[in-house]
Amino acid sequence: MADLKLKDVEKTYGGTVQVLRDIDLEIETGELIVFVGPSGCGKSTLLRMIAGLEKITGGTLEIDGMVVNDVPPSERGIAMVFQSYALYPHMTVYDNMAFALKIAGKSKSEIDAAVRAAADKLQLTNFLDRLPKALSGGQRQRVAIGRSIVRDPKVYLFDEPLSNLDAALRVATRIEIAQLKEQMPDSTMIYVTHDQVEAMTLASRIVVLAGGGIAQVGSPLDLYEKPNSTFVAQFIGSPAMNLLGGRIVGTGDQTTLQLDEGAGTIISHYPSRPEDEGAEVKVGIRPEDMIATDGPEFAYSGKVDITEALGEVTLLYFEKSAPDHDPVIAKLTGIHKDKRGQEVHLTAKPEKVHVFKDGISLLHRDEDVFLPGVQPH
Amino acid sequence: MSPIIQGIITIIIGVGGCVAYFYFANLVLDKVIFPARGEKAGRNINRANAVRPWIFLFPAMFALGLYLVYPVVGSFMRSLYNRAGDEFIGFGNYAQLLASEDFRVAFFNNILWVIFVPAAATFLGLLSAQLTDRLKWGNIAKSLIFMPMAISFVGASLIWKFVYAQDPDIGIINAIRAALGADPLDPLQIPFWNNFFLMVILIWIQTGFAMVILSAALRGIPEETVEAAIIDGANPFQIFFKIKVPQIKSTIMVVWTTITVLVLKVFDIVYTMTGGNFDTEILPSYMMDFMFRDDGLATAVAFVIMVTVLPVMIWNIRQSRAEMR
Repeated sequence: MADLKLKDVEKTYGGTVQVLRDIDLEIETGELIVFVGPSGCGKSTLLRMIAGLEKITGGTLEIDGMVVNDVPPSERGIAMVFQSYALYPHMTVYDNMAFALKIAGKSKSEIDAAVRAAADKLQLTNFLDRLPKALSGGQRQRVAIGRSIVRDPKVYLFDEPLSNLDAALRVATRIEIAQLKEQMPDSTMIYVTHDQVEAMTLASRIVVLAGGGIAQVGSPLDLYEKPNSTFVAQFIGSPAMNLLGGRIVGTGDQTTLQLDEGAGTIISHYPSRPEDEGAEVKVGIRPEDMIATDGPEFAYSGKVDITEALGEVTLLYFEKSAPDHDPVIAKLTGIHKDKRGQEVHLTAKPEKVHVFKDGISLLHRDEDVFLPGVQPH
Repeated sequence: MSPIIQGIITIIIGVGGCVAYFYFANLVLDKVIFPARGEKAGRNINRANAVRPWIFLFPAMFALGLYLVYPVVGSFMRSLYNRAGDEFIGFGNYAQLLASEDFRVAFFNNILWVIFVPAAATFLGLLSAQLTDRLKWGNIAKSLIFMPMAISFVGASLIWKFVYAQDPDIGIINAIRAALGADPLDPLQIPFWNNFFLMVILIWIQTGFAMVILSAALRGIPEETVEAAIIDGANPFQIFFKIKVPQIKSTIMVVWTTITVLVLKVFDIVYTMTGGNFDTEILPSYMMDFMFRDDGLATAVAFVIMVTVLPVMIWNIRQSRAEMR
């Protein structure tokens, strides 16, 4: 029902403190966009600017082709679900959901129909006469969602809606939101979270925000498989991708690399150009892509410092090469408790080896990549 | 003996006496009255446990009885006796009150006070709380509005005597009238309305109190509920009356009843401003007229006041209990 277009949007507080700049983003009808980023990256601020709760200090926001910078929140056709639910404590569930329609001067029968339909969709029919304080956390969040559904908005905004719920309820509610989205294929949703699992499972596209700008936009698997910078590479995925120092020794459709702490060469499927020969690069390998090897050629060799056996997988933490470096981590399937204290050689398949030159992926080197200049974690 | 040493000794005796009371009373109960030995040990323990709460409660109940229950009962008894206090006349004093025109005027005026002052003070307090919260210089405004709270009722009355003074060179009201070309008048002698001119003084004093309490309550409202209402399309008035006020309803009620109870005690304003003349008498000042002259009648008025406050108090206590739940 609604396209959103953000052009050069920026947010400045008091004329001096810039928290967001050059935000360019196009969101199409029916998408579920997730904003992720480290805390303080401005993702909630951006959402509140779309909602109209924060003033847009530069650039334009268009909803359905109309610039809405100065349109009050209620006329933007948006609905918002808050982290703290923000239910009106003195009103029953019914009145909470009916409030917006009452303000809009809708007829009683119209209101009743809308509220009951939403309550039905969210299994809240039995709770309509209750006050919010008599509901559990999950039920409250459903009321908050119901309150936005009855308004039949063009765009749904979710501000970390699950972070006040306990782990089990979070999973259940996450699935409910996914189902809700499926029931309403035409509605556009924007969802802010710091939880990667939520982002990966819900999003049609993820927007990684950091350092006041957009680091990368793409489908969850795009970001996982082809991160455009070391920042996104380390931000998406847990544990974070290992970055190993190395040098390009062979160029072409595939790149041959020699690693500082490895032996021989390994191959990445990233293409490179002849002038890259000899360039210093960072080689990224995800912990789950690491393979233990006995062969003469390997990407990394180190002594296992700590092991974490999770049953299905074992995490190996290697000794740090320097105190301020992150330890290299390998996630091996099965149980490898006996590896502690041992010297282990690791390698990875060519399609799992990422190459970053000056922080930017060789796959994205011709794009205008924003480097946030902050640590991902 | 220096007062400091005297004070310290008093504290030691007081606190030590309390501790000693609980310790020794407990000891006597367990060792002497119901000793937990011999063939009746089990029964004695049960009995001691049944008696123990009453021993611990005794000091508090005694103090409450002496300082709260006895005065109420004593006053009521006194109100059943004649002026000299030597002849029982039943409800004679009450009958005399009901028959008195002055009492009826005072009672009626008091009802006006009880309705108007708490309502106006609470409303203005709420209004100023909401408005000052949104101002940069709101804290200065708040201090100014709160300042009358620090003035005694008599002092406040003196200030307002100047405001209402008949001389246009002194009284601001008559100065304004003079500027508009009207003759000076004494506002305190205008029948019926003079009551309201007196009430204004108490409202002026109490608005600050209401504002401070309600301002704290308003700040306690979760900001998200207001933002949700903005997104739901509510305008500032709807947000204030439909979202904010309902959320602080219990605080408003506590402020309202607190001021109501205060109104029923105030006599100083009427006493200093008009002395109860020009039909401005209210019950407490009416009581003052008889105090030390006819204590029987004065205690009867006191009792009428107490009975009037009672429903408000009961309601107030219920409200605060409901809030605790």
